[in-house]
Amino acid sequence: MAVATPTTPIEVRPTTVDAGGRRRPSALPYALLLPSVAVLVIMLGYPLVRLVTLALQEYGLRQVFGQPAPWVGLDNFRTILGEDYFWTVLWRTLAFCFANVALTMVLGVLVALLLQALGRGMRVVVSTSLIVAWGMPALTATIIWQWMFDTEYGLVNWALGRQGESWLADQLTFFMVATIIVVWMGIPFVAFTVYAALTQIPVDIVEAARLDGAGARDVFRHVALPALKPILLILTSLSIIWDFRVFTQVYVLQKAGGVTRDTNLLGVYAYQISIGQNRFDIGAAVAVVMVAITIILTLVYLRAMVRTDEEL
Amino acid sequence: MTPRQRRRLKRVAVNGAGVVVAIVALFPVYWMVLTSFRRNIDVKSQTPSFLPTNATLDNYREVFDRDYFWTAMGNSALVTTIVVVLALAVAFLAAVALARFRFRGRKAFLIVVIMIQMVPAEALIISLFQVLDGRQLTNRIIGLSLTYLIFVLPFTIWTLRGFVSGVPLELEEAARVDGATRFGAFMRVTLPLVAPGLVATGIFAFILAWNEFIFALVIMNRPETQTLPVWLQAFNEGARGTDWGGVMAGSTVMALPVVVFFLIVQRKVTSGLTAGAVKG
Repeated sequence: MAVATPTTPIEVRPTTVDAGGRRRPSALPYALLLPSVAVLVIMLGYPLVRLVTLALQEYGLRQVFGQPAPWVGLDNFRTILGEDYFWTVLWRTLAFCFANVALTMVLGVLVALLLQALGRGMRVVVSTSLIVAWGMPALTATIIWQWMFDTEYGLVNWALGRQGESWLADQLTFFMVATIIVVWMGIPFVAFTVYAALTQIPVDIVEAARLDGAGARDVFRHVALPALKPILLILTSLSIIWDFRVFTQVYVLQKAGGVTRDTNLLGVYAYQISIGQNRFDIGAAVAVVMVAITIILTLVYLRAMVRTDEEL
Repeated sequence: MTPRQRRRLKRVAVNGAGVVVAIVALFPVYWMVLTSFRRNIDVKSQTPSFLPTNATLDNYREVFDRDYFWTAMGNSALVTTIVVVLALAVAFLAAVALARFRFRGRKAFLIVVIMIQMVPAEALIISLFQVLDGRQLTNRIIGLSLTYLIFVLPFTIWTLRGFVSGVPLELEEAARVDGATRFGAFMRVTLPLVAPGLVATGIFAFILAWNEFIFALVIMNRPETQTLPVWLQAFNEGARGTDWGGVMAGSTVMALPVVVFFLIVQRKVTSGLTAGAVKG
């Protein structure tokens, strides 16, 4: 958009405040932020504080029915950290998370390179298909894959000629199905973001490298990869944060035949303890651990963001 | 092989890979829609057909006639409407502050906005349920709508901030040279230019609220207060793999508007997405 900028700024109202903060501070921006801050403090800040206090109290079925909740210090944390099963679930969650992130990132980057290599027409076809997959709600996507992996009439069993195979009953194949769903939904975002970054790499740098005798692989490794590094860092940390908290997919697949104890991830586990068994105190302690791990992961992400986004 | 042959081979390989990716991405969605139009007897056939044959609307009739379907639909419509209106109104003010002013605490606020989106809903739900229950806000549309603002608002603020920043300040200043007040200049110059961004952001807020499952699952635990996703999952659980036609019809009803909307707005909201917008 072409805009005529006056070369000599005309001071119309000298008391006003503009972007750039050149003039005196005003209360207006704070007033504009007030509704947002109020909503976030009440709906997010307060429940977060309550989460921590729950984790420091005894809060079971009796407290749900109105008994006072005694303070127990760090007892709830001692309980979960002393439990082998908690550690099993924690390591399982981390393993699931990193496997999914690795697959999503590698396949996402490959699809991005493919988008770049494709001609215009095919690129539109492929990216439209990817947007459709991306736009699918997690719940319906999970239900569709559940149907495709159905024991009796599922497409997968038909294609593999393995009638009656129940994929969800076994721990390993359960997580395989969950991984397929998470990765299927996660690839488009990575692919588009990386593709957008690829188109930003100046053509002349690539050509110069080619002239110096670099092959496609060298160009990718020595030109594209360094240029993509910041965005890859952001995408990886975002994916870690997202895949660490996978809930819907596991919840739905468990209901469809997974063995809960073998397939719990941290989020589903915290949900079961608190909402399912009314042990809000223990559930809250698990959730606090989850939030703490998320915060650490987020700090890594923020560092990457601050480096690339000039606004921050 | 001549260079020309090699180039042609490369073209074929690349296009082949493109076709594979497109099929993998689209097929599950195609299969959902296809199954939803299938007769039960065909769904349970041992050799599936990949083309629409013997199409029927029975599954959709079944879904529309099922208990609480329209209630759930109504609840979802109401919640999403409230969320979109509230989020746009509240976030727009914040976006203007962030885009048009430089003030102390601005950067901190932006970082908090990003960080909030990382807080796992699964962790928060435990205490949020307690908090809402203590105020008789569980099983209430307004309770769920306010809850949704937790994750819709940060995304909306971030995206709208981008749209407002995109309108050059010089345009507003020009209007003020012509005698408009600061507020008048904003309303007459910036707002119309931001309008398409508001629509795109609103649609995305709709998608987020429409799809949400976990909060609704816990907060709306009565049949008559369920939203569509909770209703669908209850249907899916109850069917136990015996009514895939019906379940796929229900899934199609829930997913199709979202996919269409997403196709429209995907490009416009990408900046908010890299900034960590919530993912299902």
